Amino acid sequence: MKDFLSDKIRSLQPSGIRKFFDAVSEMPDAISLGVGEPDFETPWKIREEGIYSLEKGKTFYTSNSGLPELRREISVYMNRKYDLDYEPLKEVIVTVGGSEAIDVALRCLVNPGDEVIIPQPSFVSYGPCTVMAGGEPVYIDLRSENEFRLTAEELEAVITPRSKVLVLSFPNNPTGAIMEKKDLEALVPVIEKHDLVVISDEIYAELTYSGKHVSIASLPGMRDRTVVINGFSKAFAMTGWRLGYACGPENIISQMTKLHQYAIMCAPTLSQYAAVEALRGADADVEKMAEAYNQRRRYLLSEFHDMGLECFEPMGAFYIFPSIKKFGISSEEFAEKLLADQKLAVVPGNAFGDSGEGYLRISYAYSIDALKEAVGRLRKFVEKLSNHRSIAP
Amino acid sequence: MDLRNEILNTLEKDSRISPAELAARLGADETAIVNEVSSLEKEGIICGYLTLINWEKTSEELVTALIEVKVTPQRGNGFDSIAQRIYKYDEVRAVYLMSGGFDFTVIVEGKTMREAALFVSEKLSTMETVLSTATHFVLKKYKDHGIVFGEEKKDERMRIIP
Repeated sequence: MKDFLSDKIRSLQPSGIRKFFDAVSEMPDAISLGVGEPDFETPWKIREEGIYSLEKGKTFYTSNSGLPELRREISVYMNRKYDLDYEPLKEVIVTVGGSEAIDVALRCLVNPGDEVIIPQPSFVSYGPCTVMAGGEPVYIDLRSENEFRLTAEELEAVITPRSKVLVLSFPNNPTGAIMEKKDLEALVPVIEKHDLVVISDEIYAELTYSGKHVSIASLPGMRDRTVVINGFSKAFAMTGWRLGYACGPENIISQMTKLHQYAIMCAPTLSQYAAVEALRGADADVEKMAEAYNQRRRYLLSEFHDMGLECFEPMGAFYIFPSIKKFGISSEEFAEKLLADQKLAVVPGNAFGDSGEGYLRISYAYSIDALKEAVGRLRKFVEKLSNHRSIAP
Repeated sequence: MDLRNEILNTLEKDSRISPAELAARLGADETAIVNEVSSLEKEGIICGYLTLINWEKTSEELVTALIEVKVTPQRGNGFDSIAQRIYKYDEVRAVYLMSGGFDFTVIVEGKTMREAALFVSEKLSTMETVLSTATHFVLKKYKDHGIVFGEEKKDERMRIIP
């Protein structure tokens, strides 16, 4: 039999920290700060609407781009939250999670050989989706001195005649970094000068702890060259419902709808009905969860400072990204030893790109009690490492 | 939200948090927290620090009765003096003035149903101002003070998710 697999899929590297993930699964009693999804269950009123939709027999496909009712609510929501204006029936598409929107957007925008600029550390799917779309990922290593924000100079430095797409993902997984309005404004001249299109993954927008999230699409001139991706997973604690959306100019969204139609048909109907309720009536729930995350964020930050772990103050998502460079071992080695010694799992920073080397991604999507237990273990480990190093030659 | 409300909202869920931890979680100074909590206590806004117990899981027998009480309000004193005569009893856990079909909800705890019922018939019904009572016994508590009883929380998530 011949080898049936495509060259592109073969060229994709499996995650470099597979080994570490396997080690965690072999230790069932280890506790973890490695989870990238909310610890809250979906608010009951949203779940109720899902159940009710089943009772009413809403078990059929919806239109390809999603329930018109939901798209209207998304349009209203984008407007009241981020000052964005999208025509609900032409400029909004409901997808299977933000993940599908990322994949579909890239496949609709990339020609063979086009370069897709991806600042890292960042979520793991942008690079592989770019490759499968026929593009070439070009990575920018974000720097801790800039609190992992992207600067205009860094962007300018990687531009070539083949540059086509810029992927922005702020608030950021894994660093917790945000881009404030002034940071985004600084990028606009570079984006316009080189005629780039932006895919802005704003899935963590509601988890911004210093003022209001600003979408790059709301800046003058940017709306028609930006696809905004958002979803229900993080803000509404709805990861398992698999529901996201993309908003953008009609010429892009209509093409995305075509691809989405062939690949997916439509997002789950049940989830779409629940999502309508999420957008209409769950502001208070979202606020409560955000406040809980914020307390945990501050608590962890103060504990990390106290135990001498360096980190900048992350203002978004639910991650803290402390540096472990002073211990003189790699992120993976640190994580492996921490797991073996204290049965505590955290994700090595290099899982999110080379520039994450020397850092750990610590998730605070855990109850305060769970965090306290984990912090105790981390503290013991850090003390051990420090003592060991002070006596070593 | 201002610091006061943040303190109240946080302590309402867990009153054991130390001032140092509260300061860290709210991003405030520890001394400021201590001062604020103490003035909240003095002003009678924080009225106590209790423990929520599911007595059903202990060997202790305890019944809770919810009593609807209709009264004749007294000239000059309205309902307050009647409420006071009711809440002075140690058996009474709570008294609320109600809108609607009756005047007070009185929550009474006793060791047995008989004990609680006797309190109603001997103490409550015999008050001059009380016109009528209707006693309902609590059979099972599912949720109290925002906490679901007997719910075991298990983390269903995968332990590593990018």
